[in-house]
Amino acid sequence: MRAADVRGQLERLGGAVTSQVWRLGFASRFLLYLVLHSGTALRRFRLTVAEIYFAGVLSLVIILVSGLFVGMVLGLQGYETLQRFGASESLGVLVALSLVRELGPVVAGLLFASRAGSAITAEIGLMKATEQLSAMEMMAVDPVARVVAPRFWGGVLSMPLLAALFSAMGIFGGYLVGVQLIGVDPGAFWSQMQASVDVRNDILNGVYKSIVFGIAVTWIAVFEGYDAVPTAEGVSRATTRTVVTSSLAILALDFVLTALMFTGGNGQ
Amino acid sequence: MQQSPIVEIQNVSFGYDAAHPVLRDIDLSIERGAVVGIMGQSGCGKTTLLRVIMGAAAPTRGAARVLGAVTSALDRDGLYAMRRKMGMLFQFGALFTDMSVYENVAFPLREHAALPAELLNDLVMMKLQAVGLRGAAHLMPAELSGGMARRVALARSIALDPELILYDEPFTGLDPISFGVIVRLIRELNDLLGATSIIVTHDVQEALGVVDYVYFMAAGRVIAKGTPDEIRDSREPFVNQFVNGKSEGPVPFHYPAPDYAADLELAAL
Amino acid sequence: MNRSMIDLWVGVFVVAGFAGLIFLALKVGNLASFNTSQVYPLQAKFANIGGLKVRAPVKSAGVVVGRVAEIRFDNETYEAVVSMNLDQAFQFPRDTTAKILTSGILGEQYIGLEAGGDAAMLGSGDRLRLTQSAVVLENLISQFLFNKAAEGKEAAK
Repeated sequence: MRAADVRGQLERLGGAVTSQVWRLGFASRFLLYLVLHSGTALRRFRLTVAEIYFAGVLSLVIILVSGLFVGMVLGLQGYETLQRFGASESLGVLVALSLVRELGPVVAGLLFASRAGSAITAEIGLMKATEQLSAMEMMAVDPVARVVAPRFWGGVLSMPLLAALFSAMGIFGGYLVGVQLIGVDPGAFWSQMQASVDVRNDILNGVYKSIVFGIAVTWIAVFEGYDAVPTAEGVSRATTRTVVTSSLAILALDFVLTALMFTGGNGQ
Repeated sequence: MQQSPIVEIQNVSFGYDAAHPVLRDIDLSIERGAVVGIMGQSGCGKTTLLRVIMGAAAPTRGAARVLGAVTSALDRDGLYAMRRKMGMLFQFGALFTDMSVYENVAFPLREHAALPAELLNDLVMMKLQAVGLRGAAHLMPAELSGGMARRVALARSIALDPELILYDEPFTGLDPISFGVIVRLIRELNDLLGATSIIVTHDVQEALGVVDYVYFMAAGRVIAKGTPDEIRDSREPFVNQFVNGKSEGPVPFHYPAPDYAADLELAAL
Repeated sequence: MNRSMIDLWVGVFVVAGFAGLIFLALKVGNLASFNTSQVYPLQAKFANIGGLKVRAPVKSAGVVVGRVAEIRFDNETYEAVVSMNLDQAFQFPRDTTAKILTSGILGEQYIGLEAGGDAAMLGSGDRLRLTQSAVVLENLISQFLFNKAAEGKEAAK
């Protein structure tokens, strides 16, 4: 490779990085503006309620079904491994902790990003492409306050509830497989679980995680929609970007939050 | 009482970046009550000019004075206050697809005025009646034809009884009947509301039949202005080509290209 | 989907979400057990705490009466200092023994309290005098092997 080629590649890489950084800055200012102009979304709560319906209620089916299956798989796999150490009665602990601490917020977040996040991006992007947002501006109504903010708060409010439902469904799935199917003692299943799962450290931390993920996913979704190139191709690319960026953000944030919350907290 | 022009564009230049100006030294003055056409080829800057009038784009040079205020000097609240007195019809209507026809027309009324439900209903029905679509109030935008959608959008843009109505390519893609309907509505509504209308279009013949005055643009400049008759008889070569729809004139048929023979590789023989 | 249907479904969703959270808190977690009752601190020193961790239970007669709050190392006496919080409702005599026990053979370790007979009770911040360190597996195995070797010698004699 010639020196000029290498330099060209490096320049392009540098340009890509700086443009991403610039975009992040723009997205942050957008978030600030959005939060400051959320008055309409909160005063006319009807708008936000409609968005909770579209983001939360319509995601219920996928969340509940996925939660059930994930819990059932945890039950199966967990039992296989635990019974080798004679610890099959700890199945409840395994299922509950895995779900409440990690799988609940993360998997629910990923599913939310692909179902609700992409829908929000597509909707806002299409409104931009068909000049509906400009029309609103022309009618002296701030489209960010009227269209974007309710969707943001709808997503943020839905996400923790969905994660909790996912975990609850998963534990039920683990119970179905472990106790009903395989025959683990139900008393041991629940009592060991209750002894080991701490409300403050495990469940509450899981809730905090889901709140952080909800903010991240919905922020990315509304920003990509608002910033989309107003053509069919632009909207489709924005939707893809939402799903990809949200998923990466969830996994990266999960690592950071887990490191903060769950390690170094035991004193030993 | 002398009426000042409702829109005054003085020496306005605009460009998204300094190297490529979209508008160059535009001078425009629009009297109250008039229906004015801004015409030209695609890409001549007429839609950008509309955005400057709307206040969506601040001129890089010169001042745009609309409804008595200089648009670039207004803050957001001032801009919104100005826009409440304006109505704009977008090219394909830009109706809100998740709301019915009734909801669309009611939208500006709901956002800007706290009206009792009966009064709101009456106003919406009146606006729809003015455009002939009162019977379609319950339909969704997806169920409307292009012409009907545009009429609904027109009803929405006059919901607050604006003083200035802007039309961005209102005739694009309409069948002859819808065409005639829109043309009639533009004139009727303008006179009914005592408003001023600015139409940006490249549908020459039809527009010349409805406007009082025309500004002709090319490459970001105003190259001709006058009454429809004056424009029709204009000797200016570009105007002449445009109005008469000739394929040759100042705007060439061929896009700039290298030598034809070279492209066919005849020179190699 | 008209407005009242949307409101209904959102209401159902929010209620279900909170029900899920409450289910997790009550049936899955240990909210039911004491977290907020009154506690008083006690201390104990051990030569070896083995695998004892903070938040491990403190049990007496097998019943949880408290939790380990803090584990420190005393650089003067080279011993582990364990601070624990006991439920105010349970008072123990001053000659109570604290042992580090294991639940099951390979389970997690906890502190077991065996009440003594002293009339005076331990107060807040007091230190338990009698302690027994954790059983370290390596010591147990080497002791077992030593015993086995001794038996073998006896038999050979």
